[in-house]
Amino acid sequence: MEPIAIIRSRTVVLPATNIDTDQIIPARFLTTTTRAGLGKHLFTDWRYAADGSERPEFALNAPAARGAQILVAGRNFGCGSSREHAPWALLDYGVRAVISTEIADIFRNNALKNGLLPVLVDEPTSAWLLEHPGIELTIDVAACTLSLPDGRKVGFPLEAFARYCLLNGIDELGYLLSHRTDIEAYERRA
Amino acid sequence: MPKTILQKVWERHEVVAETADTPAILFIDLHLVHEVTSPQAFAELAARGLGVRRRDLTLATMDHSTPTRTDQVFGGAPITIAAAANQVRELEKNCTRFGVELLNLQHADRGIVHVIGPELGLTQPGKTVVCGDSHTSTHGAMGALAFGIGTTEVGHVLATQCLLQRRPKTFAINVSGALRHGVTAKDLILAIIGRIGIAGGTGHVLEYRGEAIRALDMEARMTVCNMSIEAGARAGMIAPDETTYAYLQGRPRAPRGEAWERALADWKSLPTDPGASFDREVDFDASAIEPMITYGTHPGMVMPISGAVPERHGDAIYARALAYMGVEAGAPLKDKPVNVVFVGSCTNGRLSDLRDAARVLRGRHIASGVRMLIVPGSQQVKSAAEAEGLHRIFIDAGADWRESGCSMCIGMNGDTVARGEYSVSTSNRNFEGRQGAGARTLLASPLTAAACAVRGRVTDPRDLI
Repeated sequence: MEPIAIIRSRTVVLPATNIDTDQIIPARFLTTTTRAGLGKHLFTDWRYAADGSERPEFALNAPAARGAQILVAGRNFGCGSSREHAPWALLDYGVRAVISTEIADIFRNNALKNGLLPVLVDEPTSAWLLEHPGIELTIDVAACTLSLPDGRKVGFPLEAFARYCLLNGIDELGYLLSHRTDIEAYERRA
Repeated sequence: MPKTILQKVWERHEVVAETADTPAILFIDLHLVHEVTSPQAFAELAARGLGVRRRDLTLATMDHSTPTRTDQVFGGAPITIAAAANQVRELEKNCTRFGVELLNLQHADRGIVHVIGPELGLTQPGKTVVCGDSHTSTHGAMGALAFGIGTTEVGHVLATQCLLQRRPKTFAINVSGALRHGVTAKDLILAIIGRIGIAGGTGHVLEYRGEAIRALDMEARMTVCNMSIEAGARAGMIAPDETTYAYLQGRPRAPRGEAWERALADWKSLPTDPGASFDREVDFDASAIEPMITYGTHPGMVMPISGAVPERHGDAIYARALAYMGVEAGAPLKDKPVNVVFVGSCTNGRLSDLRDAARVLRGRHIASGVRMLIVPGSQQVKSAAEAEGLHRIFIDAGADWRESGCSMCIGMNGDTVARGEYSVSTSNRNFEGRQGAGARTLLASPLTAAACAVRGRVTDPRDLI
């Protein structure tokens, strides 16, 4: 995992609440056996009409949204299935952070393990961000702050361990493997 | 200090306790693996030169992308979707390479991962159980702490038998009273989700308690715990009791003899102590619950089957969901024509669910123009159903009787609902496109689903039983 310290980008806004992982990537694309290349299926049924053409009204298809790395979404993003294909698809598409007032537990875990930053903000901040698509934001992982274009800084919660892993590009498997003696001791007493 | 069952199970499994800076290292007693969320995890192990640490605590099966047509499962007909066939082969290769026990496509014990764990007696009270699937919450019905994980975490458990976790908060769902005629565990959990909301349990483990829960048999308890994730909770638990022990005793992989006696004594110490406190509590009266059906695009958009679709003026997101579903605010769902009926899934694919469907279908025929798929949750469920002749009732009624698998719940195996069609489904998710692009899913109990199949319209099952 690459270390992540600062994310600076325009936002793309999906105001829908409860965006579930079946929308992020429908199950018919889960037959893959690798992590790569899932970005093309991101939000497939919202991005494309049945004939395969792009739906112009969908936010990600707007010319101004191309290349945006920060997704602002309505409450309870990522609910549903545990498919890690959801953060893989977002990352492969180019999204590096998701901002919402609430992010589902399993999605949040999966996102952090892949270097996709889940950013929880309060209602007023979320409402403001949802109403101002395309603004430039700076997310500082070390300081756990979001800088708005007017210079305001909003804090967001990020557990110390997750922050440490993101900033240093550390993957948790390495950390777990380093506790081998503890695991062996547990297995002996269990 | 009185403790909850979650606290007790958690503390037993701490390899390293959590601190302000670091999560706990939690030991996992049972890791269930399937074909969809494991290939990238095995690849990671291979890339790092790691093996599977505890093969004795790991069991693989295939369920999501597997076909349910008998000719494709047993007759050698090719799996329709090439990528799905590849995924099945990949799991076979990985299990051989890493020495993991696999219940393969033709195995008599194969089935949906959350059906076979309890069925084999592998899921036991007090265990930590994980699987790369969010409906792992099902296993909490046995008094286990069971939750879904992503593929990276599947890799962690394969390599170390451990996970990094923060202890979740506790949420008591107290259910008093008794379910009325025609009302099932599915209706109960849908009513609970309708009340607490689909993010109501985020960050919490639900513990279902009270006389209505005690009165449920094990399969009904699994239906309830299965949909904990639909309330945002990674896990749901029900304390073990005599019902649990009676279910487990004699199962192929449950402890036997002296080991059984020791296990039993231990399990009896698990239930939440009197006076233990929860972070949240909500009370329900089971006797006030009616047969439920969803009308929208998430499981929280649910109502009594005799009711009307709620009105929410000025809510554009809500209006969009209703437009997708082709339903109107203020209108009833009853008598709405349906195209497809699906009975199955890890929520309602067990023998008692099939018996419920048979209760309605016996001596009746499904309405013309309706397609009904009945998919047992496992091959063992299939054999048991056939032993009591349920399949004859289904086939005589005009339903399609299949081999086990996730089938039409997830629509990634060839079993799908067409664009715009209405599907009354006993599964767990009515998200847009869940059963196929553009499909419209109405979640309900097996009784309700079967009643809808008979009438070809949304039907209150109490009209037919």
